[in-house]
Amino acid sequence: MTKENRISKIKDILINNNTYFILLLMFIISSFLSDTFLTSMNLRNIALQQSGPILVAIGMLFVVLTGGIDLSVGSIMAVGASVAAILIRDGMNFIPAILIAMCVGMMFGIFTGFMVAYGKFQGFVASLATMTIARGTAFVFTNGTPIKLADGTLNNIVKKEFMFPIIIIAAIIVIIFALVQKFTGWGRIVIAIGSNSTAVQLAGIRTKHYLLSVYAISGILSALAGVFIAARASTGSATVGMGQELDAIAACVIGGASLAGGKGFVVKTVAGAFVLALIGNIMNLMAVPSYPQDIIKGFIIIAAVLLQIVTNKSEKTV
Amino acid sequence: MQNEYKVQLKNITKHFGGVKALTDVTLQIKKGEIHALIGENGAGKSTLMKILSGAYQKDSGQIFIDGREVKITSPKEAKDLGVAVIYQEFMLAPDLTVAENIFIDKLVDAGMFINWKTLKVKAKEQLLKLGFNDIDPSAKVGTLSVAYQQVVEICKCLTRNAEVLVLDEPTAVLTFSEIEKLFSIIRQLKSEGVSIVYISHRLEEIFQLSDNITVLKDGTYVDTVPTSSISKEELVSMMVGREIMQLFPSRQVKISDEILRVENLNAGKLVKNVSFSVKAGEVVGFSGLVGAGRTETMRAIFGADSIDSGKVIYFGKEVRFKSPKDAIGNGFGLLPEDRKKQGLLLEQSIRNNTTLASMHKIKNKFDIINHRKEKEYVKNLLADINTKYGSSEDNANSLSGGNQQKIALAKWLSADCKCIVFDEPTRGVDVGAKTEIYKIINNLAEQGVGVIMISSEMTELIGMCDRVIIMRQGMIAGEVDKSELNENNLIKFAMGV
Repeated sequence: MTKENRISKIKDILINNNTYFILLLMFIISSFLSDTFLTSMNLRNIALQQSGPILVAIGMLFVVLTGGIDLSVGSIMAVGASVAAILIRDGMNFIPAILIAMCVGMMFGIFTGFMVAYGKFQGFVASLATMTIARGTAFVFTNGTPIKLADGTLNNIVKKEFMFPIIIIAAIIVIIFALVQKFTGWGRIVIAIGSNSTAVQLAGIRTKHYLLSVYAISGILSALAGVFIAARASTGSATVGMGQELDAIAACVIGGASLAGGKGFVVKTVAGAFVLALIGNIMNLMAVPSYPQDIIKGFIIIAAVLLQIVTNKSEKTV
Repeated sequence: MQNEYKVQLKNITKHFGGVKALTDVTLQIKKGEIHALIGENGAGKSTLMKILSGAYQKDSGQIFIDGREVKITSPKEAKDLGVAVIYQEFMLAPDLTVAENIFIDKLVDAGMFINWKTLKVKAKEQLLKLGFNDIDPSAKVGTLSVAYQQVVEICKCLTRNAEVLVLDEPTAVLTFSEIEKLFSIIRQLKSEGVSIVYISHRLEEIFQLSDNITVLKDGTYVDTVPTSSISKEELVSMMVGREIMQLFPSRQVKISDEILRVENLNAGKLVKNVSFSVKAGEVVGFSGLVGAGRTETMRAIFGADSIDSGKVIYFGKEVRFKSPKDAIGNGFGLLPEDRKKQGLLLEQSIRNNTTLASMHKIKNKFDIINHRKEKEYVKNLLADINTKYGSSEDNANSLSGGNQQKIALAKWLSADCKCIVFDEPTRGVDVGAKTEIYKIINNLAEQGVGVIMISSEMTELIGMCDRVIIMRQGMIAGEVDKSELNENNLIKFAMGV
């Protein structure tokens, strides 16, 4: 292998894995900036805190892969949190309550998906409508007051003695969807639709079913993420997940997904979500006040996306 | 010193990563000449023109305009030097009017207020100059036919005082009457002293139109010759570097039972009372002008558009395919005319493209794809049809036009169709790849597949078809049998004379 070849190979590796390098870099910088960053307590907190958002990001990713976008995820999180909380408060065991919350989330997803697939709505518009409908529904369900849950019910899924179930569940879901994307016909067709939906349709594939399914999955995962947040606070509230759709989209983009569809990866999206999480975490540890945090976060997102654009460009000329 | 050349590109070399796209290529264009630039797909024609137009930067070499060396580092600089390129895909804004499109760069300079009236008058003048008084300057460009859109594109270049006009495959989407009109525009421009670079795969056009021909092959310069001094055969062997044995390979077929019969089909505005039939092993051509309803007829049968009335009888049973999925499930396939917009997933791998219509073959009942089986399957299939590619993991857009088209064909070969429509199967494909595509079609016919071939190239229909059906204004205008197939007969029916 010539030296030139070796350099271009190294360059390829850097380009293809740039999300991971960004994450690694953030990790290293953070550990220098704060002594508490590398403590198991802090890392565990990040993991618990991110179990929900990475699920939302994965749901968003599959919608984005088809060339759509789902703005309703944050509101569906609130619906999931509220439904689970109400059912548990009224005496239901937390496991069926969570499953019912996920079903309700799926219905909202199907609602959006139906508008997109059959009503020819743009994803942006359809999910914008669902976003307000779902948020309103969550407020109606809870009457606008947070529902406090007893210890030993929903918060079991965040407890150490049960080995932090939400982290395990989130990890399993990540693995499943990474495999689904790589190995199933469904995963491939979803990407194909984002590349050229006309060609896919003319190849004899019912694109509508696939469009419906990605929004449904996004709804399920969002509702589950909402439940996770409720579990950590032992409280179900209609204000859960405010603005989460933007974090989810940012995670996809930092993970190298194209909002035009047809390009994106599950594990990189998860890495993207952690990049965002680390930004927030390190600023908290350094006691940066919350408003400047948002400003800094915005600029770091721009930097990460710029890096994607620059590396994508060099990918093309190779 | 007066220089006889308007544009000189000397010893141009260009790499893309490790791949050499152009090596020491030279192209010299005189003032007021029509200079044809030819070569197979991937020969470097487009790359060379993109360097001239500032879309790409050369690695080495020199560019002279009017004998003076110039540096072209952006499309704007090329424009300021009087170089204009009309690509196969037009650079028009479909929602703006004709006048707005023609003067689009002036809209920016015009300041706050634009005098729409003068804009329209000026646009009209320009259109009249080219002899198109029937184009309304206030019509939206998206509503015009492709041919008229091209006229608008040419007007746009002319108002910028283009002295060098590059036309990249301008006739690919035009019908022959439109081509004649385009040729007269080109000749008029030539007489006004505009230098024209004409890129085309259609050799007849090059002989009709050009003064000189430059041949490129595999990114290198072959030769420049005066058109009058060379024969078609000589030119083809210069392009491919080998003699083409036979453009249209022969086939041994026993045409048997009827497999498709369409009776009084009506669909939308462009399909009126269409009736025809196709037998197993038969290649039936569909000729006609663009917009005659050929594509629309096939799309309606295929289930991509809805049928208003009429009967489709397929293998003896009346059917109406509800969707492409339904049609393909019954062994009826359709290769769409526009491979970039409808045929291929350009940003996806060759492998994914090849198996898109036949995924059931490589996945199990749990929807899990067997990657090893798939790679093997794709490798064999693409080798069968002689496709040249690096790795099946490369994106489809890394291939030349001919090989892209083969990938699109491969998709249908693997779908096991019993009746298949090829809509313009060789558009924008070079001579060598054309013959290979004909072989693929012949192979299918020999296996007893009924083939419908829509084409705007009459030589191809005459060379390939057992029968040609001609459509005009949504109706069947006539049918010509193999024994009577010639251009005259086809034109007569298509024009309705």
